[in-house]
Amino acid sequence: MPKVELQFSGGLESLTGGNKVVKVNFSGEQVVLEKVIEWIRTSLIKEKHEYFVQGEHVRPGILVLINDVDWELEGKTSYVIQEGDCITFISTLHGG
Amino acid sequence: MKRLCSHCEKAFANILVGREDKYLCRCCFYEYFEDTVHQTIVEECLLQPGERVAIGASGGKDSTVLAYVLKILNERYCYNWDLWLLSVDEGIHGYRDDSLRTVEQNRDDYKLPLYIVSYNELYDWTMDQVVSQIGRKSNCTFCGVFRRQALDRGAEKIQANVLATGHNADDIAETVLLNLLRGDHARFSRSVMEENGSYRTTDESVFNKIRRVKPLKQVYEKEIVMYAYFKKLKYFATECIYAPFAYRGHAREYLKSLERMRPHSISDILYSLSCISLNKEESKTRVAQQCIRCGSISSQTICKACQFKTSLDRGQGVLAVKRSGMCSLSKQTTQCCSESAERVSQYEADSNDAASSS
Repeated sequence: MPKVELQFSGGLESLTGGNKVVKVNFSGEQVVLEKVIEWIRTSLIKEKHEYFVQGEHVRPGILVLINDVDWELEGKTSYVIQEGDCITFISTLHGG
Repeated sequence: MKRLCSHCEKAFANILVGREDKYLCRCCFYEYFEDTVHQTIVEECLLQPGERVAIGASGGKDSTVLAYVLKILNERYCYNWDLWLLSVDEGIHGYRDDSLRTVEQNRDDYKLPLYIVSYNELYDWTMDQVVSQIGRKSNCTFCGVFRRQALDRGAEKIQANVLATGHNADDIAETVLLNLLRGDHARFSRSVMEENGSYRTTDESVFNKIRRVKPLKQVYEKEIVMYAYFKKLKYFATECIYAPFAYRGHAREYLKSLERMRPHSISDILYSLSCISLNKEESKTRVAQQCIRCGSISSQTICKACQFKTSLDRGQGVLAVKRSGMCSLSKQTTQCCSESAERVSQYEADSNDAASSS
């Protein structure tokens, strides 16, 4: 039952009621990141889901880090979350 | 699965840099990012030692990182650049007023002087007022034209030699796609010429028009965000409230999807751009002249900003962005200004006659 910390920035915090950090306990073994994203989409975000997901995938333009490591290096959605992991979602879709 | 940094092979990698398929640890990534920007500046002769550089600063991720990196490079290589932050206040309540606070934070954190120009002061119009008149369509068309001139004016005011903006590789690729999708041949040609370095006309040099450079043009937006994240740089991360209605959003979505499938896509688009050669007619440099109303450099008698302002003043802002509307408006404006110029000349002639006969 891994307990993880989810971080939202780059404007995404407006989708989570202004909360930049959300701590969650996931039940079950071998919980993959895909499940975490599904949980965020269905249970955490109440509206404007299109700013976070495109279908079931994280919207292109949102960077995902697992313990400050690019998820591209960790298997993306197939990464199995561990106790104490910190997963960060950063939107790049705004003016510079 | 942890991977070793492909550069130092000592620390674990934190980031995949898509444009060159490199897996880099934090430290090697900082070095790689800063070296890329430095190389761009040196190879393309973007900035000369001792110059006063106005950094277009919005408080956003690109300009924050640009200011930070230019400051580092300035100190590392002793370029003696006189760096200034130059900000534009478009008058967008709830967006720009907040981001300007971030620019002020940048000013304090990086200890750089800050100069702010506002649309209200330059044009007697804020973007909120423009949108009240024209509605939610074509807002970026007005804002882009106004901002471009506002930056020039601001840079002139602080006597800068060059204006540096935070445009990154994604922005440039996005603009190429945008112009292609809209069939905007003129802008597409200009972006090719800018990339090929042939845009600056000799007339513009004569008029001492401020040079514009994009030191971040080779780095991906992802790299900029990651750099800011790891370095804990503070930036303002909210989309302009008028942006969701912009056509550019479609080009951006498409580009991001392309990047996800094939990270090289962005740099490949820029490479394609640099390989395009225009025919003689397209690459003929336009004759620069001074706008007869405000004196800005323009390819037309009346610059676009003045044309837009005139249309807004007349309550005809919506017409300004319709093609046929632009033609009739610019003729009306030219005629009106020509008549004004004639009246001034006649007044001066009459005054001279009166003076010589007294």
